Amino acid sequence: MKRFLIPLAVFFVLVIFLAIGLTLNPRDVPSPLKDKPAPAFKLPQLAAADRSFSPADLKGKVWLLNVWASWCVSCRQEHPLLVSFSKEGSVPIVGLNYKDQLPDAKNWLAKFGDPYVLSAVDADGRVGIDYGVYGVPETYVIDKAGMIRMKHTGPITPESLQKQILPLVAELSK
Amino acid sequence: MKLRTLLICCTLLFTGAAMAKEAAPMAADVEIEKRMVAISEELRCLVCQNESLSGSHAELAQDLRREIRKMIGEGKTDKEILDFMVARYGDFVRYRPPVKPTTWLLWGGPFLLLAGGIAALIAFLRRRAKEDAAPALSEEERRRAAALLDQSNS
Repeated sequence: MKRFLIPLAVFFVLVIFLAIGLTLNPRDVPSPLKDKPAPAFKLPQLAAADRSFSPADLKGKVWLLNVWASWCVSCRQEHPLLVSFSKEGSVPIVGLNYKDQLPDAKNWLAKFGDPYVLSAVDADGRVGIDYGVYGVPETYVIDKAGMIRMKHTGPITPESLQKQILPLVAELSK
Repeated sequence: MKLRTLLICCTLLFTGAAMAKEAAPMAADVEIEKRMVAISEELRCLVCQNESLSGSHAELAQDLRREIRKMIGEGKTDKEILDFMVARYGDFVRYRPPVKPTTWLLWGGPFLLLAGGIAALIAFLRRRAKEDAAPALSEEERRRAAALLDQSNS
């Protein structure tokens, strides 16, 4: 009996490990930037190139930094959600237009709606590197002190918005 | 016919020139390139996770290689460059992550499995040795077996 029980136990341990492995998302790499100050930058704004934006401008506010590009398919997927969410006006969303062409980016916003209070233009992706961007879209929750409190990789879903982002924003806004 | 030969010759001539032109800038910073490749082979491309940064054609990988080249040019050490990447993308970018509490299982796991395997093997061999050492038949059984053999022979 024992000689069957041991392989069976080993088998079940393997099944448990594989089952856990299946539920994990390999794309979801924990960001080392969590609870660190949001890297400073100064970039021109998409709508008005003569004006610039830097994260320090929003000190004292809780805000979202959403990395997007017109060439990014998943951005289009999450976009309607951002547009409808932005209408509630509960938290400002700043766009980081990542490695995009200016006319394409402007057309994209004109066509699908502009949920951003403003978009900063990161044409060569250098700021993206500082933020550890590796797959657009990515969304950062930044608190009043300018610290990154959360990073969401990939398109925001209604579920992740309701269960993760909004509760955190509410808590940080207190 | 002659014209065609001439044309082919011309084409070949220019191909050579074009190639030489492309290779030239590389030769200027062979040292930088060598170090860049050595460093980027230690790093994972996060866009295509099973490729190293040096082998990946992803746009982010190209940008990061450009960054590495720039940092080498600025005289940064290999460690400073690795730290730069880890600060942004986490330990996951390194193919050889540092040993710390969260990676103990990763580093020690294979050795744990090996130790478990060796323990199981030793237990198995000991049990078998014990079984082999035990007298196969008692005196009484030997006599009965001999009697049975005698019976079938007669």
